[in-house]
Amino acid sequence: MSQVLDLFSNIGNFTWQQGLMIFIGALLIYLAIKKDMEPALLLPMGFGAILVNLPLSGAVGPDGIITTLFRAGIENELFPLLLFIGIGAMIDFAPLLSNPKMLLFGAAAQFGIFFTFSMASLLGFVPKDAASIAIIGAADGPTSIFVAGLFKSNYFGPIMVAAYSYMALVPIIQPPVIRLVTTRKERLIRMAYVQKPISQATKILFPIVVTIIAGVIAPASVSLVGFLMFGNLIRECGVLRGLSESAQKELANLITLLLGISIGFRMQALETTFNGITVPGFVSVETLVIMLLGLIAFIFDTVGGVFFAKIMNLFSKNKVNPMIGAAGISAFPMSSRVVHKMGLKEDPENFLLMHAAGANVSGQIASVIAGGLIISMIGPLVK
Amino acid sequence: MQLGFYFNELLGSLPYMGIGMLGIFVVILAIYGCIALLNRFFAPKSKE
Repeated sequence: MSQVLDLFSNIGNFTWQQGLMIFIGALLIYLAIKKDMEPALLLPMGFGAILVNLPLSGAVGPDGIITTLFRAGIENELFPLLLFIGIGAMIDFAPLLSNPKMLLFGAAAQFGIFFTFSMASLLGFVPKDAASIAIIGAADGPTSIFVAGLFKSNYFGPIMVAAYSYMALVPIIQPPVIRLVTTRKERLIRMAYVQKPISQATKILFPIVVTIIAGVIAPASVSLVGFLMFGNLIRECGVLRGLSESAQKELANLITLLLGISIGFRMQALETTFNGITVPGFVSVETLVIMLLGLIAFIFDTVGGVFFAKIMNLFSKNKVNPMIGAAGISAFPMSSRVVHKMGLKEDPENFLLMHAAGANVSGQIASVIAGGLIISMIGPLVK
Repeated sequence: MQLGFYFNELLGSLPYMGIGMLGIFVVILAIYGCIALLNRFFAPKSKE
């Protein structure tokens, strides 16, 4: 009898915090399956959260498989960088090359990152954590992982959950914010779209030139930008179709799978020690504050993009629909779809998709540059 | 971390907001200029 009881003794090791984390893991799986919210990442993250929060889980600890995966791919930033090759291979920069003015919206829509950095500092987060939280506003999961991993932020888990959850929630977050800061007259502005032909040489040279410029001006961004642009070069060169398809499918899928489940390592309910550093548990007031700051980052990204478009309209003959500015965040292609749908709702003949797509892919570039700039600026304070 | 309001940290972080946004616009404008040059020098040849 006592042997039977011993067999089930681990049940007594359950804490309410672990129970809560298992519930959160199940919630992420539910959102991924039922609501189709970033399923490729939220589902592995949710399962990872369950895996690491079982009492005395063998998946974590010095030789646990999740610990091993975390060390192998996230602690050294390998997974997010490899994922960037796949993302770069997926992106068609033609709408941006055809209308490079859209690049400016990508830059303006990073405002939320720097605003959130100040807000996080105001709330008492140390610079490395404030910077890692702020980068949620990049609306780009791999950039968030890269920066938070590089700074060895204590809040890696909540930052990842916030980054990916809010990316999936872009269609819910952006429309009310856009409506709040634009008038109906502004939302009705029509923009003619003429697809200018782009030469193959331009498409090939673009990723190389961007890597060199970003590398020279913001050297800390070179691995992020470089891997993104490497993926795009594979796509556009025309002689590596097989590699391009592998990068877009097999590589991206495999890395996404491992990335999602490895993030679970930092979703442990209780305080742990990793490499001699005490990592706070996921269940804390700080987690709620980080979720709030992440939301602020997304809201102010949107506001920054919209207001920049309004400022441009003061000086430009060809008016820009300010909603295009909101598509400058990196969440691709959700943000451009949101803007396009909002345009159609106001005027069924107002097609903003290609303009919004141009701003949206420029947001991809601007967000990784923002990540590099954050590393360059805050890095010296951390050392 | 103790949650609380740290106005000195806020004031200290404000320059980063300005420098960060300026930095992004400098890089983006440089890329903008290069795209314009690429489009000019490598424009697709007209069939006319």
